[in-house]
Amino acid sequence: MIIIIDYHCGNPASIRNMLKKIGRPAEISSDPSIIKEATKLILPGVGSFDHGMQKLEEFNLLPVLQKRVVKDGVPILGICLGVQLFCLQSDEGSLAGLGWIDADVKKFDSLKLEKSDKVPHMGWAETRITRENKLIEPNDECPRYYYVHSYHLECRKPEQVIAHATHGYEFVTAVEKENIVGVQFHPEKSHRFGMSLLNNFVTNY
Amino acid sequence: MRRVRIIPALLMENGGLVKTIGFNERKYVGDPINTVKILNDKEVDEVVLLDIGASKNSTSPNIDLITEIASECFMPLAYGGGVTELSQIKQILNAGVEKVIFNTSFFDNPNLIQEAAKIYGSQSIVVSLDVKKRRLLGGYQVKTIGGKLTQKLTPVEASIKAVTLGAGEIIITSIDNDGRMTGYDLELTKSVSEAVSVPVIACGGAGSMGDFVSVINEGHASAAAAGSLFVFKGPHRAVLVNYPEQKVLNDEVYNRL
Repeated sequence: MIIIIDYHCGNPASIRNMLKKIGRPAEISSDPSIIKEATKLILPGVGSFDHGMQKLEEFNLLPVLQKRVVKDGVPILGICLGVQLFCLQSDEGSLAGLGWIDADVKKFDSLKLEKSDKVPHMGWAETRITRENKLIEPNDECPRYYYVHSYHLECRKPEQVIAHATHGYEFVTAVEKENIVGVQFHPEKSHRFGMSLLNNFVTNY
Repeated sequence: MRRVRIIPALLMENGGLVKTIGFNERKYVGDPINTVKILNDKEVDEVVLLDIGASKNSTSPNIDLITEIASECFMPLAYGGGVTELSQIKQILNAGVEKVIFNTSFFDNPNLIQEAAKIYGSQSIVVSLDVKKRRLLGGYQVKTIGGKLTQKLTPVEASIKAVTLGAGEIIITSIDNDGRMTGYDLELTKSVSEAVSVPVIACGGAGSMGDFVSVINEGHASAAAAGSLFVFKGPHRAVLVNYPEQKVLNDEVYNRL
């Protein structure tokens, strides 16, 4: 069973809608006893970093996530704030992240942006795949995805990076470390590009 | 190459879609669910859906219809019209809509914007301003209730206030240019885009790909919305939902920014 984790940060409904569309029904849950049974997990998320960590704690989800993801190797896909929470820390907050991905979450550096590059970065961007992976397949057509974010990952281990995108400057947009994968964009709002990515996640991991 | 969002703006009234000219004369253009499905197939960047009947008649958002539309919408969707309470915002976002658009309630109840931004984040809060040129004195006036009521704040003042309250995006619509397909009000768009740090979506007047280029390059908008251009075809304004192919957008818009 695919479980989309509902920790009151962001919108699990649109992810479920898209999974349903591609014939991969999923359940939305905040209940550790249900999350424990999942064979695939999706951690969505919109909002601030500390708020996200606090909510995971409030719903008592940290122990079950650590056990199932880190110990048992259950595949998990982090989306937007979801993948940021996989990291060590964020410019946006003072709490420690889950620490699964060796990355820091940085605010878009206004000194490196043109005036026309507004923050939050809101809109579509094309993707440059940096290493072979099972999530985003190279194709004739460059995959494009929809973004809404003010912060992005900065990876300490380049081998964990699988794709870059550009908003003013190039930033890390997708990461993979064994069963742990994450994307900065919103596949659930990215047409067939998102459908293909979600399908790859549930099929290949 | 820089991509900007090119956004079909759909106007809903009594459950059907209409297109207006100057916020007045209107023509029926079809069923909202069917139209959004067509736009979905055409892989549009984003959809703005405004229930212009809801605010005019003080009715609540039609949650069932919004839910049905959102469940088949695999692109970002922004909804506005008749939103006056936090509970409605929650219902709309839970239905799978990304952004809630405020117009009349931004002026009547600014606290609502502030509260909603705190709970759901600025990225899901959009303030939409309908603007009319002052004929004799010059300058611009912001209008609410479908263009009927004049507000005191200028478009720039209102935009700054909206961002201060927590809006993550501003839609600026020229009532004068609405439905005329003669181009955006570049001066108006520029004044607002330069005054705020958040993305500004220009609306009202798009008639060609060149208009998108001008409103981004000269009006400094972050995104461009259009109504007539995406629902009518030909000089007789025959209803045909359409959206440019990626190649056309590449050649005629993105490569010229």
